[in-house]
Amino acid sequence: MSLLEIRDLVYEANAQRPERILDGLSLSVERDEVHALIGTNGTGKSTLASVIMGCEGYAPASGDVIFVGRSLAGLRVHERARLGITMAWQEPARFEGISVSQYLSLRGDSGEPARYLELVGLSVQRYGNRMVDRSLSGGERKRIELASLLALKPKLAVLDEPDSGIDMLSMQDIINVIGAFKQSGSAVLLITHREEVAMIADRASQLCGGRIICSGNPEKVAEHYKARHCDICTGRECHYV
Amino acid sequence: MSELEELTACFGSAGGDVLALGDAGSAHLAASGHRILSSRTVEGLVVDAREIADGISAKVTVQAGVRLEKPVHMCFGVLHKEGTQKIEMDIRLEEGSAAQFIAHCLFPKAEKVRHIMDATISIGEGAEMRYSETHYHGLSGGVEVVPKAVVSIGRGGRYFTDFTLTTGRVGKLDLDYTVEAAEDAVTEMAARVFGHGRDDIHIRDRVMLAGMNARGLIKTRVAIEDDATAEVTGITEGNAAGARGHVDCMEIVKDRAVARAIPIVQVNDPGAKVTHEASIGSVDKRQMETLMAHGLSPEQAVDIIVKGILK
Repeated sequence: MSLLEIRDLVYEANAQRPERILDGLSLSVERDEVHALIGTNGTGKSTLASVIMGCEGYAPASGDVIFVGRSLAGLRVHERARLGITMAWQEPARFEGISVSQYLSLRGDSGEPARYLELVGLSVQRYGNRMVDRSLSGGERKRIELASLLALKPKLAVLDEPDSGIDMLSMQDIINVIGAFKQSGSAVLLITHREEVAMIADRASQLCGGRIICSGNPEKVAEHYKARHCDICTGRECHYV
Repeated sequence: MSELEELTACFGSAGGDVLALGDAGSAHLAASGHRILSSRTVEGLVVDAREIADGISAKVTVQAGVRLEKPVHMCFGVLHKEGTQKIEMDIRLEEGSAAQFIAHCLFPKAEKVRHIMDATISIGEGAEMRYSETHYHGLSGGVEVVPKAVVSIGRGGRYFTDFTLTTGRVGKLDLDYTVEAAEDAVTEMAARVFGHGRDDIHIRDRVMLAGMNARGLIKTRVAIEDDATAEVTGITEGNAAGARGHVDCMEIVKDRAVARAIPIVQVNDPGAKVTHEASIGSVDKRQMETLMAHGLSPEQAVDIIVKGILK
């Protein structure tokens, strides 16, 4: 049984004027696997992450998301988190009045903020008492979010484009973080638009028009991403430029 | 238990430093209703506190060049269910002086209590004043709090104030602070209030950046629930070249509560710049979902977010 199995998922942005953002998407993530989901902007990557996490407004029109053999239909974000799924948004939210150390121990466990901060290249001496607010740079905030997810020891972490944005993480940072998730037994769904990032995964899938158009060995998928072979958009939209 | 002992106990419960009241090296002023119960001064600090016909009058002067090492503690309150406390405060920080004032205002049993504070504050050239005021109210909501302050900051002076009313019911709050900042002066004014029941909150902060390169920040954080109402007015005027001001207001609303924010920014000199941001609404959805993705329930997430902004 796969850790995560997505079957024929359809998501429409607007019920009044249906436009399929996810159009019969199927995908699986195995235990301990790092699975890269690659695609250009607008192909549905972040939408899929929000559907998996159960975010408000992201209930699928049809299809199912199955986690450890159980359908997640009707479960809210915190209920999914308690089953072992968590997510890092592309631009993590900021919080006034919550220190980094508190943020890494949100669920009341004593936690080991120092250890998890070190895993993302930050020191507890310098960051432990800082607030998770706008005083942090985008890159610092992303690292802290990843440290907080590591502290949760999830079964599955969905990481939405840790390599994008103004303060994107470096390739080495991402390799380190992915290594830390793997070491703690977490599977990762790594969303990216860069084929070099997808290459660090165990398996990769390419997304276009809300469907998986290629899946398997990351090198093979990366080649496909660059080669403009797509039956849906004939390479106009979904491929590496 | 004497009135002073009762006030001291309440002061401790509200987070006040009880030991400071007994410390010969720390200045303090403690008053219950219209009675001054205790006061102490230190070298360089002149306090003339008197009981007058309809309240308490206190003139506080930090002498030129004196930089007080320890905070001056102020402990005010009405310990009975009913009563009025009116305080006229005249604070002067002379040139080059510096002092921190920590005020606690305690109304633990209030059912029909008025607390009126009229303050005039003068901060001399190069002087620095930090003033924090924390309120500790009971649960009946029968308190009316009317703090007013008119502050003038001299050239290069600094004034930082922080008003917190997050424990117990607010009752009715009508806060009105006006600050005028001279050349190179700096001011930061923060207010944090949590309203419940039928609490009625009015906050009006006004900063006039009168001198060149004066800087001002007004930051207000209000959370209201049940049937509470809040109106926050933040006014900043840039009246000189190089003046920089910002108004930052955030109000979180739950249940049937109603909030208004009125940021007013005015620039009378083309070299001045004043900005504002105001957000009113329920708790931010992305913040909620981020905390829920960590396994917190929606209720726990709201609690953490609200406590965070009021901290």
